[in-house]
This record gives sequence, structure tokens and C-alpha cells, in this order.
Amino acid sequence: MAKRSIVPFGPQHPVLPEPVHLDLILEDETVVGAVPSIGFIHRGLEKLVEKKDYKQYVYIAERVCGICSVGHGIGYCEAVEKVMDVEVPTRADYLRTIWMELSRLHSHLLWLGLLADAMGFESLFMDSWRIREKILDMFEKTTGSRLILSVVCVGGVLKDVDSGMLNEILRVTEELKKEMKPVIDTFLNDYTVQSRLKGLGVMTRDQAVSAGAVGPMLRGSGEPYDVRALGYAAYKDLTFEPVTAQAGDAYARCEVRLKEILQSLDLLREAIEKIPEGPISVPVKGNPSGEYFMRIEQPRGEAIYYVKGNGTKFLDRFRLRTPTTSNIPPMVDMLKGCQMADVPVLILTIDPCVSCTER
Amino acid sequence: MEDRNEIRKITMAQFFPYIVRMKEENWRLVQICAVSVDDGKGYEMSYTFCNDPDYHMITLRVELGEGEEIASITQIYPCAFIQENEAAELFGVKINHINVDYQNKLYRIDVAAPFRKKG
Repeated sequence: MAKRSIVPFGPQHPVLPEPVHLDLILEDETVVGAVPSIGFIHRGLEKLVEKKDYKQYVYIAERVCGICSVGHGIGYCEAVEKVMDVEVPTRADYLRTIWMELSRLHSHLLWLGLLADAMGFESLFMDSWRIREKILDMFEKTTGSRLILSVVCVGGVLKDVDSGMLNEILRVTEELKKEMKPVIDTFLNDYTVQSRLKGLGVMTRDQAVSAGAVGPMLRGSGEPYDVRALGYAAYKDLTFEPVTAQAGDAYARCEVRLKEILQSLDLLREAIEKIPEGPISVPVKGNPSGEYFMRIEQPRGEAIYYVKGNGTKFLDRFRLRTPTTSNIPPMVDMLKGCQMADVPVLILTIDPCVSCTER
Repeated sequence: MEDRNEIRKITMAQFFPYIVRMKEENWRLVQICAVSVDDGKGYEMSYTFCNDPDYHMITLRVELGEGEEIASITQIYPCAFIQENEAAELFGVKINHINVDYQNKLYRIDVAAPFRKKG
């Protein structure tokens, strides 16, 4: 009879950039159960909405997480704008989309590097992060910041990007397409990568939906759900089809993210070609009264921004349901039946962002 | 694509049958949100679901009075356990039979119900 034991995993672990703890229940080397624990970096940022002016709160929303920062700013502002019936200028919508897609690129490249590192593939890790630096350079050139951009405001954006800089982004996207090719080829075709990812942590489409998975976790199981298809910001004017893979394993989730990198480069090109001239913000007067559930597609998946205003400058409630919150339960399901040695890679395939999750 | 995003207010008696129906119709649980109302005496609980093929999003809204309890939906949607534990710990919502119940230790906060409004 197999010996049952409980092995603590995390909160500090070489593959985890942020703290999360799992009690892994093992029968010999096979995981038969996992109980997640979070709460190491909870900051109570949602509560701060009661003490900060709804316009000031954008800066708090952006600081929920360094990686998803610009998306949180956009999600929060779009929710407030829905409540206040504010129509954002088209150019601001395009600029938001451009920064959002750059953010997706840097997030996916960060994840690819972490995955390569977890598999011990150091040259692939360094290549992914080297390419990512170019995205951060684009952020710095267009906003002055490399991670927390602080360019989004209720009613539009705070900074414009001139045509010279837009052309520079176009040039870099072309360069990145070429540089990404060998990286993508390696991730998709290399024997080492395939042997670590194929057939690992399989979730069928029904299992993924039932467990509440979002983002590449859901799309890697064949469900073509991507909030960008709803056409918020400038996505309504761009050519967009959700990227999916059918296998539902760790390799499929990696494949989705790799194809989304190429898709983001195409979306960037299209957005830069179509961006109209015009104002970048509208004045917003009055205070929000009402409520709205806004959803956007963050790099890790669907994120929900709920705002409830009471007619004063302080909101009654702001709720952020991050993609990782939704992806932890499917991760726990997915771990059952895997080998202890595969746990780090499997946890990484949900691309956990604990800073977002704990807010 | 049209953004179909609606909030439906339901009574406590309708709550469980509605959740079961959502599960049977294969709606994905999107989020659970607690809001403290009436100076911390009551709550609004919002359960959001999405029908992925057509992006239709429905939020079911239940109002809880002072001291009123609500049943956990983890028997129907096991993935609700983190968000239910969060609502219980941060707002003090009395949610019965959460599977797994972290007993107000999900976020390891010493203060009871820190997000509940004080009267």
C-alpha cells in the first residue's frame, strides 16, 4: 500500500516569484490532493477606495500589481466611465489598447522565461527576458516608466504618443517578430520542452469551465473565450479572434501564450496604423452614482472590476477579481494525479500572480 | 459583439434553485462579491456567471439582513471556496458549509471583518 504523506510547497520556492503555499498530499511520489494557502502579502487595497477620491484611486488600482499594472488602471477607469456614462476619445481608446498589448507581451515573455528557468533551460530563459527588455524600453520611451505606467485616467489617458514614437514601436514589433521566431520554435518543438509539458496537467474543456478557469488556462482547453472579443477600448476596430489549443495540457497553455505574443504584435501594428488624431481625454465632472461589473482580458485572463458609487467622490465598493483567483481552483484539480517533480512546472502553467490575487 | 451584462435581484428562497440551474446550464462562475450595506448591518452578495459561447454575463444579487446567513455554493461550484472564504473573512458574511473552510484564516488577518462598514 502506498505511503501517504504531506509535503509543504512554498511559500518560498525557486520557481515562485511570489509567495503561495500548498500542502501537497502525496501517495509515494503521486499527488492525490493539494490545499492552497495564500495571505502572505494581503494589503487590503480594495478598502482604500473608501478613503481616496475616485480619480486618485486609479493610482492605487495600478499598484495592485507591477506586471498587470496598466490593465488594472484601464479596467478600473472603464468601470467608472460606464457608471458615469463618460465617452472616452477614440485616440485614448487606441493608446490604452497599445499599452495593454505591450503589457501582454511583457507579461507573456516574463512567464516564458520563468517556465524555461523552471525546466532548467537557462539559455531560453535569458533569451525570453532579453526580448522582454525591449518592451520595457518601449514603456519607458512612451510613458517615462518601465512597469507602473500611470498614464490612464478617468476620461482618457494622461500622455499622448507622437507619430515618431508610434513608428518606433512599429519598428520594434517587426524586430520582435524576427527575434521571437527561434524562441517560439524552441518552445514548441524542442524535445526537452515537449517531454516536460506534453500530457501534463490535462484539463478537458468541460473541466476547465466547471472549475472556473480563465485566460490561457481556459483557451488551452479549447474554450474560445477572450474578453477582447467584446470590443472594449479599441478592440472593436481591430481584427481579433481568440487563440485556442485543444490538448488542455501544460504544452497547450504554453502554445496559447506563444501564439498570443504573435497576435499582440499584429494587434499593435493594426492599432498604430488605425489610430486617429484627436484629443486624449475628456473632462469628467460630478461623482459616480450606480454600479457596474467591467471585464477586461488581462494577460493571465479575464479580470472583473466592480465599482459601486454613491454620488460622492468616494466609492462605496471596488472589487477586483483577478485571473489568478479564478485559476487557483483548477490548478488544485490539475495537480491531482501528477508526480511531485512536475508540481513546480504545473503551478507555473497557470502563471500565478499572487500580488494581484491578494490585493 | 454586444456586451450583455445584467444584474438580477433574487430572494433567498430563489438563491439555491438559481445556482443549481446555472450549473446545469453550464454557466461558469466568474466572481463572488460582498458589499457591506446599512452601516455594516447587512450585505449585498453578488454571484456572477458567464455563458462563455455568447459572453452573456449575469450577476445574481441576494440581500442579507442583520445576522442572516447564506449557504455556501461550494457543493455546486467547488471553485467558489476561495471567494467565499474571502467574503467571510473580510466582511464577516456568515456562509455555512464552505468546502474548504479556512475559518477566517485565508488572509491571516488579526482584525475581525476589516472590510465591514462601521456604523
